[in-house]
Amino acid sequence: MLKIEKSGRQKTEDRRQKRSGDKFPRRRERIWRWLSTFCLLSPAFCLLLSGCRQDMHDQPKYTPFRPSEFFADGRSERPLVDGTVPRRDLRADPARSDGDSSGGRAFQPDETSAAQTDLAKATTLPFPLTKEVLDRGQERFNISCAPCHSRGGDGDGMVAQRGFRHPPSYHIDRLREAPLGHFYDVMTNGFGAMPSYADQVAPRDRWAIAAYIRALQLSRNATLADVPPAERSKLEEKKQ
Amino acid sequence: MPQIFHRSTNTIARVSIFGGLFFLAFLVWALYELQASSYNTRAFVARAQPVQFSHKHHAGDDGIDCRYCHTTVETSAFAGIPPVKTCMNCHSQLFADNAYLAIVRDSFKNDKAIHWTRVHDLPDFAYFNHSIHVNKGVGCSTCHGRVDEMPLTWQVASLQMEWCLECHRAPEKYVRPRDQVFNMDWQPPPDQVEQGKKLVEQYRIQSANVITSCSTCHR
Repeated sequence: MLKIEKSGRQKTEDRRQKRSGDKFPRRRERIWRWLSTFCLLSPAFCLLLSGCRQDMHDQPKYTPFRPSEFFADGRSERPLVDGTVPRRDLRADPARSDGDSSGGRAFQPDETSAAQTDLAKATTLPFPLTKEVLDRGQERFNISCAPCHSRGGDGDGMVAQRGFRHPPSYHIDRLREAPLGHFYDVMTNGFGAMPSYADQVAPRDRWAIAAYIRALQLSRNATLADVPPAERSKLEEKKQ
Repeated sequence: MPQIFHRSTNTIARVSIFGGLFFLAFLVWALYELQASSYNTRAFVARAQPVQFSHKHHAGDDGIDCRYCHTTVETSAFAGIPPVKTCMNCHSQLFADNAYLAIVRDSFKNDKAIHWTRVHDLPDFAYFNHSIHVNKGVGCSTCHGRVDEMPLTWQVASLQMEWCLECHRAPEKYVRPRDQVFNMDWQPPPDQVEQGKKLVEQYRIQSANVITSCSTCHR
């Protein structure tokens, strides 16, 4: 690189000397040299600057999902050791975490024991039902379930419309009669074409969703008598 | 002794002293613009991915909520890149033998990580937490733009400190009601600043003094 530049410069000087009438060959050369140095240095300076910057930007530490050259599978996130329990989900309260109101041992998703069967047969929530629980259930339902089951629970959500096997409507007799725990169980373990949602939806949210599904079912068969008297007049106004 | 310089060079000398200032100012301005341009920040540059995942298709056309995949955005610093199991929830049947998704199926069957290209890459010396922003009424689209209209994802913000501070100095200009955080269509109302001030109070967003202090983000 340097050699080529030098020989190039030599050539121009030779040419200049041949030419007559150039009064200030040396000054021109000096200007030329300044210019070329400036042109060469300024990008180099920029490169230097950016070089400094990236070291602090990309520190040699693992941020979430940063690949690793150390582990054979290329992941810095390590798989959990079997039987690991997250600290915040200690399952100290089985009724709350798993809906096991019998106060028995913690329920394992992969076992088909009596505990699981009991859970699928549960007819009540493991915690009190409030407006907040239903609101939360509605929100989570619309996030995680509505893509297939649709917001009304008829089973013709966008994903089903795209060609996924249609889930049954919640408004068929079999599901209207199914115990509350059935929905929790399906969310936890999957059913038919539906995979398990245990990783995506927390246990308490699964119960809230189950409660909301029940609300959806009730909504289709509600009569005026189910509406609180205070609200009833509003509906009657609309009807007229 | 003859004069070395012609008289006209006097003018050139004067002009160059004066002009040098302008030239320096120009240089500073040009460098500033260059580092703030998308050439440096890579804003508005769509990144290629191993599988050309389209947010427009999933979030826009299919109307899937952000949180279906980014499950931890409300509870942790990291919004979460979904595991391929989440992809397979639907793609076990949809496009199940399409060559386009071969990488996804291979990853799922053989437990091989897909190396996605990171789009929003904050410098490691900046602390950022998704959950606090989402829970205090900062919407997805405030920072990420209309992701539901992006076939390939790009960033719409420079992600430079100046950009962060723009909101940390005056959050009332940007916050929205919590139930609108995941709404991609949300538009600020005409009286955003007044509404925003109420929300800032209601959500107990700390004063600009606190959230613009160095250790808020550099900890």
